[in-house]
Amino acid sequence: METNKSEIRLMKGNEALAEAAIRAGLDAYFGYPITPQSEVLEYLTLEIPKRRGIVLQAESEVASINMIYGAAGAGARVMTSSSSPGMSLMQEGISYIAAAELPCLLVNVVRGGPGLGTIQPSQGDYFQATKGGGHGDYRLIVLAPSSVQEMCDFVFDGFKLAEKYRNPTLILSDGALGQMMEKVEFPGDGSLPHQIPAWATTGKKGRERNFITSLHMEPERMEEINLHLQRKYKEIEENEVRYETFEIDDAEIVLVAFGLPARICQKTVELARAKGIKAGLVRPITLFPFPKKIISDLSKKIDRFLVVELNAGQMVEDVMLAANGNCPVHFKGRMGGMLIQPEEVLEEIEKIVEESLTLNAGQE
Amino acid sequence: MPEEMLIDEMQCVYQKPGTLTDEYMHYCPGCGHAVAHKILMEVVEEMGLQEDIIGVAPVGCSVFAYNYMNIDMQEAAHGRASAVATGIKRVRPDKFVFSYQGDGDLAAIGTAETIHTINRGENILIVFINNGIYGMTGGQMAPTSLFGQKTSTSPYGRDVAHNGYPLKITELIAHLPGAYYVTRQAVHTPNTVRKFKKALNNAFEYQKLNKGTCFIEVVSNCPSGWKMTPKETLTYIEEKMLPEYPLGDIKVPTQNKN
Ligand SMILES: Cc1ncc(C[n+]2csc(CCOP(=O)(O)OP(=O)(O)O)c2C)c(N)n1
Ligand code: SF4
Ligand SMILES: [Mg+2]
Repeated sequence: METNKSEIRLMKGNEALAEAAIRAGLDAYFGYPITPQSEVLEYLTLEIPKRRGIVLQAESEVASINMIYGAAGAGARVMTSSSSPGMSLMQEGISYIAAAELPCLLVNVVRGGPGLGTIQPSQGDYFQATKGGGHGDYRLIVLAPSSVQEMCDFVFDGFKLAEKYRNPTLILSDGALGQMMEKVEFPGDGSLPHQIPAWATTGKKGRERNFITSLHMEPERMEEINLHLQRKYKEIEENEVRYETFEIDDAEIVLVAFGLPARICQKTVELARAKGIKAGLVRPITLFPFPKKIISDLSKKIDRFLVVELNAGQMVEDVMLAANGNCPVHFKGRMGGMLIQPEEVLEEIEKIVEESLTLNAGQE
Repeated sequence: MPEEMLIDEMQCVYQKPGTLTDEYMHYCPGCGHAVAHKILMEVVEEMGLQEDIIGVAPVGCSVFAYNYMNIDMQEAAHGRASAVATGIKRVRPDKFVFSYQGDGDLAAIGTAETIHTINRGENILIVFINNGIYGMTGGQMAPTSLFGQKTSTSPYGRDVAHNGYPLKITELIAHLPGAYYVTRQAVHTPNTVRKFKKALNNAFEYQKLNKGTCFIEVVSNCPSGWKMTPKETLTYIEEKMLPEYPLGDIKVPTQNKN
């Protein structure tokens, strides 16, 4: 296939992500099948032998994440993907990778949980993704796509951020985004050059030895490492926040949603506005770093937030922290693999608005 | 005064290989890890591999192997050294890669990785230090602990009805077609050390052929965990360990069909 120039194709989210990874100069992929993300591994095992890189089906997600550790430590541009139960298995390895500051791209095509759960879309892994996930104080950079185009674009952004900060980046997608087909435009090969970093373990030819570890027996040293990591996360919070807004200028009620529900909520905003309700939308694109400032700023001028998620209420806690009591924060969620409809969110808005009116009336 | 100046170069018959750092080893007196490290690094030096080799340290007493071995190294999560080594070798196929693992690491928590790494025939060397105990965590029972062996978690002796049998993982993995060279060695006598060294030589030579995994078990000791003097451990190895884990080649390349 001719891939040295940009190209527009109609593709599933998972396949678009896999194609993007090859075009982004992926050196190696290690992964294990799990629905609804197996197309990533399938696509790569089909394409990589014809093109460039290494793809290996590991014996488990535990093995894949540790292969990622090894290959990233040897200076390669690497990626793994999985869905919720598989991501749970990877957490120890991700903690080691974050501690050893190895760049890599992780993808979670989230399905409904807990337990074996369902293969339908969910956002139930928000806490795991944004609060560390494994043991110890660490953060991943978390990108939340809401279209097949972003399943492609965020692969490039993900590698860039991971390598800039020597930190694992996670694309937090969901089963619906992974499976749905949309038009997607790919850049040509070679747009993201990569060099083997000086710290990588590649054999100590012509230099002092390199080693990669996360073990520091002296607590003073371990605290220093932690302080260094925390400084890095702060820098990421200062420089890398990304979000989108829709109709917020005169909004009285602002929806906050990430990923696919953000698109659903955009429709809700249109429906609400048609009914004369001044609704708006904030869509966090980076979940870590979380767009605290826009939430905080809005909280001082709007009536209320309504957070919409495909879970029992996870990001809503970050919205509450940022809103800091300045305005009420409501929540509407579906769980277990259920998607939410724009009309359902609209109903919730109407209910909230009505409740507040009766409340106000009672106070007068 | 630097040590090397004390000895006239012409008179020097024995010295630490340049592939070991000057770091003091933390191993208990008489521990087999220290000998195994030194022999491994001697071979790396003699074969001229120092600049082209990447090692993987386990979680276990040898977790700090990267402090002593003067080569590029990575420290893996407990049990995952062979998966880490796979990741390295797949992206750096022109380098020599080895993992160095204890029995708990390789034959308990990491059993799946061990079997599948070898089953894929990864072109790496796995050095497996079998001391029949969890040294690092203070002497708990290992999958390789002997029948009746007393440890902190088998205080009445290992009971097979309750704990199962000593796991002969080396015999097990020798059945895998991906295993190219499988041997069991030791480091408790000058003679066994010589043979271990030869086995390491073989393994690195074979790694150049890209024909599969080389696996060297080292029947070792743990004076602290076994609660013995170093000297007593030598007798224990001879009398108890070796009957269960007999030394010698288990699979040599002529037996391979590939
Ligand atoms: C996931 C995990 N579980 C448990 C431990 C604790 N742990 C550290 S080393 C070890 C066993 C080491 O024994 P072995 O592999 O035989 O090495 P030795 O110290 O005997 O050389 C255990 C259980 C750990 N570090 N990580
Ligand atoms: S505890 Fe055992 S294995 Fe560990 S260093 Fe001491 S003697 Fe060696
Ligand atoms: Mg042991």
